[in-house]
Amino acid sequence: MTDDAVKVTLPDDASVLAGLSAGDKVLISGTIYTMRDAGHMRCLEYLREEGHLPFGLEGQTLFYAGPTPARAGRPFGAIGPTTASRMDFASPELYRAGIVATIGKGKRSQEVKDACRQCGAVYLACVGGIAALLAECVISSECIAWEDLGTEALHKIEVRDLPAFVEVDAKGMSLYA
Amino acid sequence: MERVVTAEAVGDAVYEAIRECAVTLRPDYRASVQDALDMGAAEGRAASVLQDILRNADIGVQSDVPICQDTGSVWVCLEVGPDVMIPGDVLSCVDDAVARAYEQGGLRMSIVRDALFNRENTKTNAPAFSEVRLVDESGCRLHVMLKGGGSDNASRLVMLPPGEGRDGVIRVVLDAVREKAANACPPLVVGVGVGGTFDKVAGLSKRALLRPVGSPAESLEAAGFEREVLQAVNDLGIGPAALGGNPTAVAVHLKTAPCHIAALPVAVNMGCCAMRSKTVELGS
Repeated sequence: MTDDAVKVTLPDDASVLAGLSAGDKVLISGTIYTMRDAGHMRCLEYLREEGHLPFGLEGQTLFYAGPTPARAGRPFGAIGPTTASRMDFASPELYRAGIVATIGKGKRSQEVKDACRQCGAVYLACVGGIAALLAECVISSECIAWEDLGTEALHKIEVRDLPAFVEVDAKGMSLYA
Repeated sequence: MERVVTAEAVGDAVYEAIRECAVTLRPDYRASVQDALDMGAAEGRAASVLQDILRNADIGVQSDVPICQDTGSVWVCLEVGPDVMIPGDVLSCVDDAVARAYEQGGLRMSIVRDALFNRENTKTNAPAFSEVRLVDESGCRLHVMLKGGGSDNASRLVMLPPGEGRDGVIRVVLDAVREKAANACPPLVVGVGVGGTFDKVAGLSKRALLRPVGSPAESLEAAGFEREVLQAVNDLGIGPAALGGNPTAVAVHLKTAPCHIAALPVAVNMGCCAMRSKTVELGS
């Protein structure tokens, strides 16, 4: 475990993420997608019907976040992680279908840890409650789908140096006790 | 002499409080984070999270942006003394104020129409969760809290048998923190309610969060209890953002009440590192 942050650019550096250990700090740049409770229900329904993820999400990273509207010249006034365990019902299936990393806050279930180990995927924990600061890491945003869900719509966002910690690594090990 | 506070005046105060709270870390909470840093209570990663909390608070105020993306449900408690009259439809005025504040403030709409049967977003962040309390104290006080979903979800209510006593209450608090603190964005303010009835005890724990961090407890006994539980919570070592170290909580606030001979109701309501609430005197 080191406090020196590893810089990763997504989606290209997914394999780098898989080589990190629980507790490692990362600075994420590149493309990630926002998805939370209602989006997970829709995504899971699509996956079960169609046999693959919607919107070409294979190889991509999901950020469990429901941002506030644009403000102060930024794509979002504030953006930050929501509680990841609420997505535990869907995450193992989404990992197996090709999601390589998820970003949220708090602990995950054993099933999620097992899925990370099986798929070589990771879960990253981001600090909650500092969303004005984290919003400075977001360069741009595009609504991809589910606009009717408001803040829960699927957004493709470009980030620069978004700080997070590996909470569940690709061996299924966890930072939190 | 009887004073009149109009429903519109309550609505206007709610609007102002929401706009201010959404972008402002509560000053007493902020000071407690600064104190933890100054006193060297936090090291390494924990200290860096505390510094981020302070930087985030600065950005919120300077740029008028929300300090947390979860701009909350609106919890309103209006305390009305015996000398105050409030004519009009107070709760409608409050809900109108919520809709205006969330739209004009660029805040997140986080309320669905019905928990079970219609989870469509109301797109106004109304309704607020409001209560009007008739109290002995003169005057009229408005409490407004923006409560994030993560910290409210990390809360719990347990009806203990009275024989469990003080140790049982402490166990409930520590279990809640151990199991849920990581989801609640620590450092926490842990609101603890003990007493009343099933429905009242939750309110006690929520109102306990209103008390400024660092202010005196309800009694000497309560102060001793709070110190003991705070120490035990921080001994868990969960730390800021649950990344380890100290502090896990900056305060434990206890509110107690009478209860039935058969009962020992306990509620724990978690306050997060984006504590947002305001108390305003109306009609003075």
